[in-house]
Order: sequence, then C-alpha cells, then structure tokens
Amino acid sequence: MGDVDVHALRGVNISIQQGDFVAIMGKSGSGKSTFMNILGCLDVPTRGKYMLDGVDVGALSKDQLANLRNLKIGFVFQSFNLLSRTSALENVELPLMYNRKITSREMRSRAIQALESVGLETRAHHMPNQLSGGEQQRVAIARSLVNNPVVILADEPTGNLDTRTSLEVMEVFQELNRRGITVVIVTHESDIAAFTKRNITFRDGKIIKEIEVNKPRNAREELSLIPVTVEEDEL
Amino acid sequence: MKLKNLLIAAIRSLAKNKMRTFLTMLGIIIGVGSVIAMIAIGQGSKKSIQAQISTLGTNVMMIWPQASSTGGVRMEAGTSQKMTLEDVKIISERCPAVAAITPQVRSSGQLVAGNMNWRTSVYGVYPEYFEIRNLKLVSGSVFTMNDDRSAAKVCVVGQTVVNNLFGEDSDPIGRFIRINKIPFKIIGIIESKGQNAFGQDQDDIVIAPFSTVQKRMLAITHIQSMLASAKTEALIPTASQEITEVLKAKHQLGPSEDPDFTIRTQTDIAKMATSTSGIMTILLATIAGISLIVGGIGIMNIMLVSVTERTREIGIRMSVGARGRDVLLQFLIEALMISLLGGIIGIVFGILVSQLIAMILMWPVTITADSILMSFLFSSAIGIFFGWYPARKAAQLNPIDALRYE
Ligand SMILES: Nc1ncnc2c1ncn2[C@@H]1O[C@H](COP(=O)(O)OP(=O)(O)OP(=O)(O)O)[C@@H](O)[C@H]1O
Ligand SMILES: [Mg+2]
Repeated sequence: MGDVDVHALRGVNISIQQGDFVAIMGKSGSGKSTFMNILGCLDVPTRGKYMLDGVDVGALSKDQLANLRNLKIGFVFQSFNLLSRTSALENVELPLMYNRKITSREMRSRAIQALESVGLETRAHHMPNQLSGGEQQRVAIARSLVNNPVVILADEPTGNLDTRTSLEVMEVFQELNRRGITVVIVTHESDIAAFTKRNITFRDGKIIKEIEVNKPRNAREELSLIPVTVEEDEL
Repeated sequence: MKLKNLLIAAIRSLAKNKMRTFLTMLGIIIGVGSVIAMIAIGQGSKKSIQAQISTLGTNVMMIWPQASSTGGVRMEAGTSQKMTLEDVKIISERCPAVAAITPQVRSSGQLVAGNMNWRTSVYGVYPEYFEIRNLKLVSGSVFTMNDDRSAAKVCVVGQTVVNNLFGEDSDPIGRFIRINKIPFKIIGIIESKGQNAFGQDQDDIVIAPFSTVQKRMLAITHIQSMLASAKTEALIPTASQEITEVLKAKHQLGPSEDPDFTIRTQTDIAKMATSTSGIMTILLATIAGISLIVGGIGIMNIMLVSVTERTREIGIRMSVGARGRDVLLQFLIEALMISLLGGIIGIVFGILVSQLIAMILMWPVTITADSILMSFLFSSAIGIFFGWYPARKAAQLNPIDALRYE
C-alpha cells in the first residue's frame, strides 16, 4: 500500500502552553489530522520530537502511550465515535474503565459530573442513536474530559453540526478552557476559529500562518441572542 | 482494566448479539452434552456388566479339563475324561486358599409336568455349589450329600422353569416333574438372578445332586468340570496357583509341562467383559470430543468476525486508553464466557439426555463427577485456545488504523 512516501507533516515547530485555546486551520489534506493524531498519541512521528507535559512521547512504549491517552489527553472526533448501543453514561465511563485508580462508585459520580458539565445529565441513559448530532458530540466531549486531562484535542468537532449546535459545542469548549484545560481544535471555518485564542494555519504539512485572536467571540452570549427554534432533541 | 469491568464489558457485548452468542454456544452445548451422555452410557453399561458378573458368585473359579497336546491330536475342550472325583477330593484337602469346591456335570433335559413341557440344562453338583454361586432359595431346601450318595431323584429349579411348567406365582415344592422320563421331586426354588453378562437367562436351570445326573442321566464316570471359590478375592491368584500345582502333580505332569486343564477366574471374566465396554466408551467419548473441538472452531470463527466488525470499537477503546492487553483480555473473556456458559448448559443438557436415554431406552447410565469436571475444564480450555488467536489479532491493532477502519 504505502509504497509512496507521503510527507504529511514536515518542519512543524510549535509549542502550546497550558490554558491555551488553539484552532488549527488549513485546506483539506494539509496535515491537520495527522498533526492532531500525533498530539493525541494515536500516531507517532517518523522523525522529530513531541514533548507532552514534560514527557518525550517518542521514547514511550505502546502501553505507556495508552496510559498517556487515558490520563492526559481527551480526544474528540468529527464522527463522534461513541460506542453504539451503549448508553451515554457508559460511553462517558469508558476512559475510567481503563484507569485502575478509580473505584466503580467514583466512576459513576465522575461520569455524571462530566455529563452535567455538557448539560446532558438528563440524557444519561439514552443510546447514541437516540441523541441528536450535537448531543452525541457533547457526550463525546464529556468522555474526553472525564479523566481530567491536561489537553482536549478535537478534530473538526463541529464538522457534522449545524450553526446552533456548533455554538453549543463551542460554548462547552470555552467553558472548559476558562477552567484551565488546554483545548486544541481543528476547523475549516474561520467563524469557529474566532472562538479560540490562537489560530494556526497549515498548508502542505507546514505552518504558514500563526495569529493571536484579538477579541475571541463568546459562544454563550451569542447563543442567548439566537431565538430558540424547534428543539430538534425532542423528536 | 479491572476484572469486574472486563466481565461487565464481556457480558454487555455478548448480550448485544444474543442470537449469535447462542448459536456459537450451541456447538459447545452439543459437544459437552454428548461427551457427558456418551460417558454416562459407557460407564453405565460397564457398571451393569460388573454387577451381572458378580451374580456368578463370589470369587468363583472354573476348572475344566483340556485335551493335552502330548497325544499329538488336540481334542475339543470338555471332552476329556481325565477329570475325576479324586481331583475334587484332593483339591479340597490340599488347597488352603480354596473355600469350597464342587464337581459339575451337565445334561440337557426334556422336562414334563402334567401337559406342559420345557427343555433346559440339568446340572449335577454338590450342595456347595449354592454357596459358591451365591444362590439363594425362595422356598424349599437344598439337597444334601446324603442325597448325592444315594443318587436321589430330587432337584432344585429356577424361576423360568417354574413359570413354564407350572405357571407364574405357583409353588411346586413337593411336586414331581419328569426329566428325560425319570421322575424328580422338586425340593427347592432358586431366587431369580435375571440375565448374566452374556445375555443368558440364569433362571432357566435345574440343579440336582451330582451322582444323580452323572449316573442316572449321563451314565459316565468322569466329571465335566469343577467350580470352586477362593477364600477371599485377594486369594484368587493363590488358589488358582495351588489348584494348578495339585492337579498337575495328580496328573503326573512335570512343572514344565502344560497343564491338561484350564482355570478361569471371575476376575478374568470381568476383565474380558469390561474391556469391550471400555473400548466402546473411549470411542464414543472421542467422537463427542471431536464435536467439542468443532464447537471451538465455531467460537474462533465468530470471534474473528467479531474482531473485524468491532475494529472501530477497538480503536475507540484504544483512543481512550485501552492497552493491548486490555483488548486481548476483553476478547479472551468473551470467548471464555461463551465456552464456559455453553459448557454449563451442555452439562445440564447432557445429564437430561442421559436420564432420557435411561428412561426411554432403559439403558443403564452413570453420570460421574469426573466426566462433569472434565468437560467443564475441557470447554474452558477450548474457549482460551480458540479465543486466543482472534483476541491477539484485536490487541495488535494500531489505534489510528482501527479508528480509520470503515
Ligand atoms: N494513512 C495514511 N497513509 C498515507 N497517507 C496518508 C495517510 N493519512 C493521511 N495521509 C495523507 O497525509 C496528508 C495529510 O492528511 P490529513 O488527514 O492530515 O489532512 P487534513 O488536513 O486533516 O485534511 P481534512 O481537512 O480533509 O481532514 C494527506 O495528503 C493524506 O493523503
Ligand atoms: Mg482531517
């Protein structure tokens, strides 16, 4: 298959500080997902170095990478990636299952807490196919933050959502960031990037632009301005 | 991942596909069930054969003359005339391990009572015969050595003879029957023993004093065979040895010469009869075991399908921190659960089938704890063995590839 070498990323040198809120932008195929997968320890770079929370990820074994994903990273995917026919609560509990320091009672209460922080505590026992896209993505966000990670990585989290639900998701990210969690998202839309603190643009595997956002938009304020239309959730 | 969580995860994912889980389990259920049933049948028949052999008597030994090869021409066994009452006497005097001994002659007899008639074997023996063969009477009494000395025309009959000559539930003590036209008085009726290990009716018998049959019916001077019993089961080989030595000396045969008689002990007969049923048990269990392995291959097949189907799930689990061994354990436990649950249901199923066979076909069955334990262990071993490869395949997936899998 991979006879042709694809250099998805090259010469990328970037540092993201704790408490930052970064949007990665760029055309399709520019290497955004590849970059995120490396940040999320799902993939390892063929060359180069990645330091996460003071640890050189390149030197870690498969099991140590799994531990890192479990304890320090929360990953949110464009396609939600929830376990089907598994309730929202159980989906949120999933990372805690692989954290051996947590008792089953603690597991339950932390999962409920995480669902509360995305405003879905009433949907705890719904299956993914009983939830709207926005709700599924919020469940996925709850899952990503349940283990108190140092960073939440979201690859096009609003890619499959409409404007209103995108705003809801961004509101959650802004709230998490306000609480001190580092958030990195990938997005095609500059509207969405405007909610973050810093925008980085990729092209052909290289960073071509890096800007600070002067005055980030506030998702909560904007949400309160939009009149509530038909609640798609109530279907 | 903690064991409890692993178990919960396994139960959940098996419950998601109930029909598939059940069908996969079916292979194991049938396999284990047939192992249990086959062993139960095999053990049952072995046990019933042993029980039947014990009806021969206690520590019984049969001695019959054999045509010696010294004459050049071998003669049919039992036609030799070399065995006499002297042999019986010398054995009872010189063999301390022998508890009792009786000469034996057999004649076929045409029995007539009133307008009924019946054909059966008439045995001529000493009263010790009843002790050796453990025969008890339901009514009347055994003849004595006095009857033997006077060649008295008395006899003891089996239940089948009574039924055929006098009808069931009759008590013909004191009545006369004609055996080969000689009138005999019935003085005892033997308790029913049923069929022996070779399917012969042990109640179809007439027993009379030795001399009566030898002189009045057969008109011979030799004896056809001897029946003896050893003092204890452990003394059977000793008794056999003593009889061999005494008889060889009596028949003037050197120690290196072949004896002109054959001794067969109850142990020999039991061994002969149970070895066939043992082979049968092994054969049946092997066939059942093969079906169990086929069931295991079914598990492997379904687990492989399941791993492919759930590649994305594996990716999701790995992305939130599942290590290779967590995934391995998850799939292994699923396979183990299928086989263990299948094993337990199979054991119940096997026991039910055995009982059904016992009830409908009237076959003797014996369910042993061994066979249950064995199939339980065997089915879990199959779960681990056949679950290992698919589980390993799942564990070795790369998280990013698994997540991208469509
Ligand atoms: N598994 C792979 N094998 C080979 N090439 C790959 C693989 N994954 C990605 N690539 C290539 O690497 C480059 C960057 O891909 P990447 O998925 O990072 O792009 P992206 O910026 O996320 O695009 P999009 O916005 O469409 O999601 C692309 O040219 C792609 O074809
Ligand atoms: Mg992408």
